[in-house]
Amino acid sequence: MIANYLATGAFYVFAAVLLASAAMVVTSRNPVYAVLFLVLAFFNAAGLFLLAGAEFLAMLLVIVYVGAVAVLFLFVVMMLDVDFAVLRSGFQRYAPVGVLVGVVLLAELGLVFGTWTTSGLAQSLRASPMPDSVTNTEALGRILYTDYVLLFQAAGLVLLVAMIGAIVLTMREKKSSRHQIIAKQIARNPADTLVLVNAGLGEGINILGIRRPLPPPGKVVHGDHGHGHDDHDAHAPEPHVHGDH
Amino acid sequence: MVGQLMNWQIALPEIVLAGCGLLVLMVGVLIKKQNSAQLCSMLVLASFLVAALLSLSAPQDVGYNGLFTLDRFAVFVKILVLIAASLAVVLSLDYNTHHGIARFEFPVLILLSTVGMMVMVSATNMMSLYLGVELSSLAIYVLAAFARNDVRSSEAGLKYFVLGALASGLLLYGMSLVYGFAGSLDFASLRAVFTTETAQLGAVVGVVFIVAGLAFKISAAPFHMWTPDVYEGAPVPVTGFMATAPKVAALAVFVRILSMPFGHLLPQWQQLIVLLSIVSMVWGSLAAIGQWNIKRLMAYSSIGHMGYALVGVATGTEAGVRGVLVYLASYIFASAGVFACIIAMRKKGHAVERIADLKGLGKTDPMLAFLLMFFMFSLAGVPPFAGFIGKLYVFLAAVQAGMWTLAIIGVLTSVISTFYYLWVLKQVYFDQSEGAFDGRAPSVSFVAGLGGLVTLSFFVFASPVVNAAEAAARALFG
Amino acid sequence: MQPWLVNYFPILVFMAIAVVIAGAMLGGSLLAGWQKPYAEKLSAYECGFEAFDDARRRFDVRFYLVAILFIIFDLEVAFLFPWAISLGHIGMFGFWSMMGFLGVLTIGFIYEWCKGALDWE
Repeated sequence: MIANYLATGAFYVFAAVLLASAAMVVTSRNPVYAVLFLVLAFFNAAGLFLLAGAEFLAMLLVIVYVGAVAVLFLFVVMMLDVDFAVLRSGFQRYAPVGVLVGVVLLAELGLVFGTWTTSGLAQSLRASPMPDSVTNTEALGRILYTDYVLLFQAAGLVLLVAMIGAIVLTMREKKSSRHQIIAKQIARNPADTLVLVNAGLGEGINILGIRRPLPPPGKVVHGDHGHGHDDHDAHAPEPHVHGDH
Repeated sequence: MVGQLMNWQIALPEIVLAGCGLLVLMVGVLIKKQNSAQLCSMLVLASFLVAALLSLSAPQDVGYNGLFTLDRFAVFVKILVLIAASLAVVLSLDYNTHHGIARFEFPVLILLSTVGMMVMVSATNMMSLYLGVELSSLAIYVLAAFARNDVRSSEAGLKYFVLGALASGLLLYGMSLVYGFAGSLDFASLRAVFTTETAQLGAVVGVVFIVAGLAFKISAAPFHMWTPDVYEGAPVPVTGFMATAPKVAALAVFVRILSMPFGHLLPQWQQLIVLLSIVSMVWGSLAAIGQWNIKRLMAYSSIGHMGYALVGVATGTEAGVRGVLVYLASYIFASAGVFACIIAMRKKGHAVERIADLKGLGKTDPMLAFLLMFFMFSLAGVPPFAGFIGKLYVFLAAVQAGMWTLAIIGVLTSVISTFYYLWVLKQVYFDQSEGAFDGRAPSVSFVAGLGGLVTLSFFVFASPVVNAAEAAARALFG
Repeated sequence: MQPWLVNYFPILVFMAIAVVIAGAMLGGSLLAGWQKPYAEKLSAYECGFEAFDDARRRFDVRFYLVAILFIIFDLEVAFLFPWAISLGHIGMFGFWSMMGFLGVLTIGFIYEWCKGALDWE
């Protein structure tokens, strides 16, 4: 069975690259490189998911983690402006403790793995075994929205909280730049602001009794031309002659 | 499919509460008024009332494919959680306005967090349990950092988030181990597995991880290190909320998960809970001595109180569970009352939080001092206040279960902790005042007064509470 | 091995080719090129000032907000895939279940729209 050999080989390649890139995430000096290694790790994990039969999860990992989460990490890394050299200064000092913890965890893992016996009931207890005839994604779809509707809706609420949280914690209320109000711009009626006047030769337009604000010396008149900028709210909307520019 | 969804009404309180939350969010964002925060808080309080009434009246059954159970235990805890959340919302009314963080998202986040807690206490499957924990925690991370212009609040939010995420990781890892070895995430199936077979080592390791993850959430020592910093930095109403509602919910999860699916693993987890309980009691009482910030003092106090509550969990008996529930009922009112007093600590418009700032309160504000004395006595467990009755039932259960050492350590640490509660009262009554506090807002007085009334008169209506707790405990063991 | 995994065989071949070609390019230039490294090659300029500080600028926090809102809706869309292909099987209940989910997130969307979180000032 050459396909089986291929699958086994792919497993070892994915696993090896995953471990190596995960190690690089932790050890690389440049944080941007670390994030890129993380992307590599995600891809390889997706490969492992695929080999394990979790097709939908594999695709989700690529779409959500590589496509969105890694990008978010990049933003955060660039936003924080952390000097990683300073951050790593304690690395040498804490390394032995970290290694010790790692060894203990590894030993525990070995201990658990060494006595691996699953419950006799485990097979019969599986809530929803994978059906043979349908794809992985469809099998998920058949139970996620009906049998597990409670979890599904709770996940929706979790996403809502994340949305509210992100806005509450990071959105700046004060706008620093001029803000375009499109509704105002569109609702503007030319008749309110524009008067067409036939100015006779040498008469000037003031003679016609049209109110026109005198421009302050040295300043260009800049009235309400319907730019829709909200900084005009303070001005009285005086109708005036269009033609002074 | 639709047939499997029978009994959807058992989650009606959660559904209605979440719906109200969405409605309040829309009201808050569409009514662009300055006082939308006050309006939304009122609406949230009304929703809590509705949810409490629905919890009492909803049919009690198992549903949603075994993911969700409404029993008397869940109802009891849900009522406690809703009361604690309501008190936190009331406390926020004045504090948030004064500190410039009166935004309508605050009550909405408290509401969504409460929905998460209600899902937690009803969860009878690891998946619904985890989603409930995440929903409640995620909202609290945001709340802890809510005063985002305050560095300490941001720090609190970040610390709580990082350590909370670690705890969630531990919880998930434990659940996956249990699933891997036992083959199910459903509490009833797990119980069946552990009834018929001796537990596999891997499953026991999984249980230990789950206990560690939950111990983070209730800040039991030695998983408590985030507590003092987060309590100190977070806005006071949020601290008041964190000290009551999530602890009640997480302890309820502790009780349910250890008695239902892992009930037959008692010999395995009992040592662990005893250890957590002793370390929490000892550390909570010793480390609190010498604290000068009242919020940090309350943090250590809450660590200690979780230790006392865990005494009841450690017994693994029906009486122990009853003790835990009575204890929690007595604890939330005293705790919310102390946080009301902390909000009232304001001099010339500035919030102060040193214990030394309480000096001479007995003369400058005798009413508040009197209430504070109630709360401190209750927390210390002095009869006849509420805390005494709670401790009585917990220690009684320990003695009945033959765990004399635990009960004795509990009494000894209570005596030690009485020292620092009395030390606060000494400053209040026997030291010279360094200036009176500003006037209290009615909402703060309301919470303090209500807390004082309940802690003082708890022994009068103790028997219905104890009866309800007993019925709740029987629902788990019956 | 799952039988459907055979469908992914072309992707495996594709990846293998990509790795081989990329490796060949890098390795080939390493082997065939004339390597003579010295310190000046790594300096910023051959002449003139050294750079005063880092050329990388801090990103605005607004990027973060946009990115996290994107992730949330990305996840929402991820839930739509299994729903779409199993809709015939799960019936009206499955349909309304998704409508409820989308309703919650639509309310979140209205919230962020009205808050102005989607405006780039």
